[in-house]
Amino acid sequence: MRQRFLNRINFTDIALGIIGVALVGLIVVGSFRTLAEGNYTTRQWLDFVVFGIAQGSIYALIALGYTLVYGILRMINFAHSEVFMAGSFTAYFAAAAMAKSGFLEANTFVAILILFGVGMVTSIIVGVLVERIAYRPLRRAPRLVPLITAIGASEVLKYVFKGLYGDQFKAYPEIEALKGSFTFGDFNITRIQVVVILSAALLMLGLYLYVQHTKVGKAMRAVSEDKDIAALMGINVDAIIVRTFVLGAALAGAAGILYALTFRQVNFFMGFFPGIKAFTAAVLGGIGNIPGAMVGGIFLGLFESVGPILFLDGLNVPAPYQLKDVIAFSMLVLVLLFRPSGILGERLSRSKA
Amino acid sequence: MTMLELDNIHTYYGNIHALKGISITVDKGEIVTLIGANGAGKTTTLRTITGLLKPRNGTVKLDGEDIARHKANDIVYKGIAMVPEGRGIFARLTVTENLDMGAYSRNSKTEYDTDIQRVFGLFPRLKERRNQIAGTLSGGEQQMLATGRALMAHPTLLLMDEPSMGLAPVLVELIFETIQQINKEGVTVLLVEQNALMALSIANRGYVLQSGMIVLQDSAEALKKDPTVQKAYLGME
Repeated sequence: MRQRFLNRINFTDIALGIIGVALVGLIVVGSFRTLAEGNYTTRQWLDFVVFGIAQGSIYALIALGYTLVYGILRMINFAHSEVFMAGSFTAYFAAAAMAKSGFLEANTFVAILILFGVGMVTSIIVGVLVERIAYRPLRRAPRLVPLITAIGASEVLKYVFKGLYGDQFKAYPEIEALKGSFTFGDFNITRIQVVVILSAALLMLGLYLYVQHTKVGKAMRAVSEDKDIAALMGINVDAIIVRTFVLGAALAGAAGILYALTFRQVNFFMGFFPGIKAFTAAVLGGIGNIPGAMVGGIFLGLFESVGPILFLDGLNVPAPYQLKDVIAFSMLVLVLLFRPSGILGERLSRSKA
Repeated sequence: MTMLELDNIHTYYGNIHALKGISITVDKGEIVTLIGANGAGKTTTLRTITGLLKPRNGTVKLDGEDIARHKANDIVYKGIAMVPEGRGIFARLTVTENLDMGAYSRNSKTEYDTDIQRVFGLFPRLKERRNQIAGTLSGGEQQMLATGRALMAHPTLLLMDEPSMGLAPVLVELIFETIQQINKEGVTVLLVEQNALMALSIANRGYVLQSGMIVLQDSAEALKKDPTVQKAYLGME
């Protein structure tokens, strides 16, 4: 028994084991030293956490789009980051117009709802068009083919926006009612963070209820398991796929507005980083798994916000916060190495009952 | 009265000529069985009827209407439901959700309630496990679920693909009894089986499929006595 176990260990296992132990060691030592040095106050740590959750909520919303499409088509929709950008970018024009007319300040709540409407509708249109043009004709093609058209669609969308509106950053107007923050002792949260976290939570709850309890939601889950059998039930598989893209795109559009409210600028290239981070979050939570995308998003946001200081500051790494992207993408590599199915994902090898 | 009529059906998988001119009729109220070895084209025949495969030639008539080029998701609305090979339940959905999917083509809440009571009446085990994830059911329970799910569509014609596959003899018996009961309630059944003896013992008529062609057709009684059938499918010398 023991002999057989030893025989099965190969060089890769040993190398991976060493990397794993070294990383855990680094994280533990780094965190310990950072905390022991006590350069940061409780208030600062709490700020990092709140920022991480807000940022993570945006990742989670985008990640849901990747995971929904993957769940149903087993493909990565690499154009999803541009679906996010399109909503955010187009809503900029609405925001600028409303700021100019004074409506934004006079009727802030309605104006923000309008922004969400514009962003979500634009994203939905773009998402559905991408599905119709770049993916549906290739439904029966080998899996690599739609992946290539996905990347193509992503580039086309980016450069259409660049061609139409130039490559400068455009500044979202500042909204007076969203300035300032709430403070309770050491706990501090900006108004924008409140808006971001609450809207994301509401949208995710809505999505969860929709997928779990409506007829269409159940049909989506059925299609994601077996398209032929789903068709035998009378489910129009293509229609369900379109609805999936609509849902994912709507969430990306909403995320685009929350992103714009937070960072107050848009650009044709703005989808790239949030997109790839959200993809990381989706893989982290277990791609194809809806709660996984939510957990993965928040987790990545937190990791990226708290991680650099906590792990690296104690190791005397200069300017650790600059390394937040390194931390985020190291996470992706580590997850793929050690738990390819993600936090909540099923083992890929698990036989289908 | 003829309910289902396949006339000279040719179906291909890519370049493979899987069905080479199959003609089958099923009358209203009958149990008809399709027997044959692995790869003879039994499942292909059922997939052609349900629209999952499109025949290159020939017609599939249901109550006189040619449905051969209809989409699979439209055919269930015409009254055909299938219990697929290997059961094909939605493993990550609960038992009730699987039954809900079976009723996807139905709109009336009252009919849904009657139908689900009927299914729970036929299979009390499903009622006990209605909130369980379907993937955690035993093989027999999954077969019950697949059958119940098909019944939720309120079919006039039920297609069953290898319902006895991988089941213990006791369960095979239960499933076949259920098929007879469903048939008595007015559902016409087209049954594909490798277990030819069981199939012929409950069927009115049977067809023997070999390499994509019908080689024999007769009443179930006559087929049971046919020497070639006895030798090839009933394991008798």
